[in-house]
Amino acid sequence: MYNLIGAGLIVIGAGIGLGQIGGKAMEGIARQPEATGKIQTAMIIIAALLEGLAFGALFLGK
Amino acid sequence: MKIFQQSFKFLALVLFVVLPTSIFANDTKKEGGQVDTKEEVEAYILHHIQDSHDFSLFSYTNDAGERKHVGFPLPVILWTSEGLVTFMSSEFHHNDDGSVIVEKDGLKFAKIHSKIYELDKDASEVKFDEDHHATNGHKVLDFSITKSAFGILIIGLLMLFWFSKLARQYKKKQIPTGFGRVLEPLVLYVRDEIARPNIGEKHYRRFTGYLLTVFFFIWVLNLAGLTPLGFNVTGQLAVTACLAIFTLVIYTASGNKDYWMHILWMPGVPVLIRPVLAVIELAGALLIKPFSLLVRLFANISAGHIVVMSLIAIMFTLKDSLGVVGATGLSFVLSFFITLIEVLVAFLQAYIFTMLSALFIGMAVAEHEHH
Repeated sequence: MYNLIGAGLIVIGAGIGLGQIGGKAMEGIARQPEATGKIQTAMIIIAALLEGLAFGALFLGK
Repeated sequence: MKIFQQSFKFLALVLFVVLPTSIFANDTKKEGGQVDTKEEVEAYILHHIQDSHDFSLFSYTNDAGERKHVGFPLPVILWTSEGLVTFMSSEFHHNDDGSVIVEKDGLKFAKIHSKIYELDKDASEVKFDEDHHATNGHKVLDFSITKSAFGILIIGLLMLFWFSKLARQYKKKQIPTGFGRVLEPLVLYVRDEIARPNIGEKHYRRFTGYLLTVFFFIWVLNLAGLTPLGFNVTGQLAVTACLAIFTLVIYTASGNKDYWMHILWMPGVPVLIRPVLAVIELAGALLIKPFSLLVRLFANISAGHIVVMSLIAIMFTLKDSLGVVGATGLSFVLSFFITLIEVLVAFLQAYIFTMLSALFIGMAVAEHEHH
């Protein structure tokens, strides 16, 4: 029961984080289209780190 | 701040909606005697996620009520109290609860939840305590060629074949033919977009081999996991942990003086903070980095498999409320699109693992300018 709520909280948090990353990256690309490649790489790395954290929390809380 | 307020409101709403339903969900009871589809689906998915000792493609119950399994057995290799024992996994007859006992070389073995136990000499059946642990047997060192090990061997041979063929083609002419044309841009991509910018012009050549191997290993095994053969190799903790340890060993062993300096005695910060930072940096370098690598790959691939199988199972679980055609149609559409996304995820996870490995190696070999 409680671990289900915890899992939900983790997913909500990760969702907010991913949304922020994606949105800000979009903004960055719109402002500076020539930096698209660099922004995408950084975005994927940060998204991967966030995802690792979220999965780690889910995995430990299971 | 605005996002915080909104997300708290959203959170409160979600809790409000979800709490009652999950309490109701606990109250649902099985109708007497009938097989609970939900439970059966859950058991099937868990069985798929785990590694197994035989390669089973599918199983069905025939008209006579017998359970038929289609697949082939794999060798079981055990290091027991009396040395090496080998037999084929077919001797367990697809039994997984310990009721079939195999006698070999005077020793008795039973398989319980995909773990093989060596039973005591005088045991005639497996006894369990209340936690469902076997009391009259103990686990043995299991070197069996399991389904995952078999998958790794097959994919390894396949990769050896593809890449040695590709390498041979370059001796004759500059442009590869056949399947090599698919592999060449990927090899160049890993070298020029992952290894070179992250590790640096000076050192990247040393590590490109490892990065290429790990990239193609993960990618091809992820794709093999999407075929109906039912491999779940990169969704095994043991496999991903092993890959993460490879990366850990490589970046720890190739770390230069500056790298260790920045971990153990960070320059440029007050002396009192340095020991605190050293603890954090050491934990980060030796535990958190490999842990995040292994959990990310494991969880992504396992979650993908669970989602695909749950969506396929919709045709059984929603048959009563949507009808056969409706449930099958819904299941087909959903699982089709999720499988397409999984193809993307298969590549993305291989890319991210390689990318982060390259990043960690790059941190370890980076040369700092001293002022």
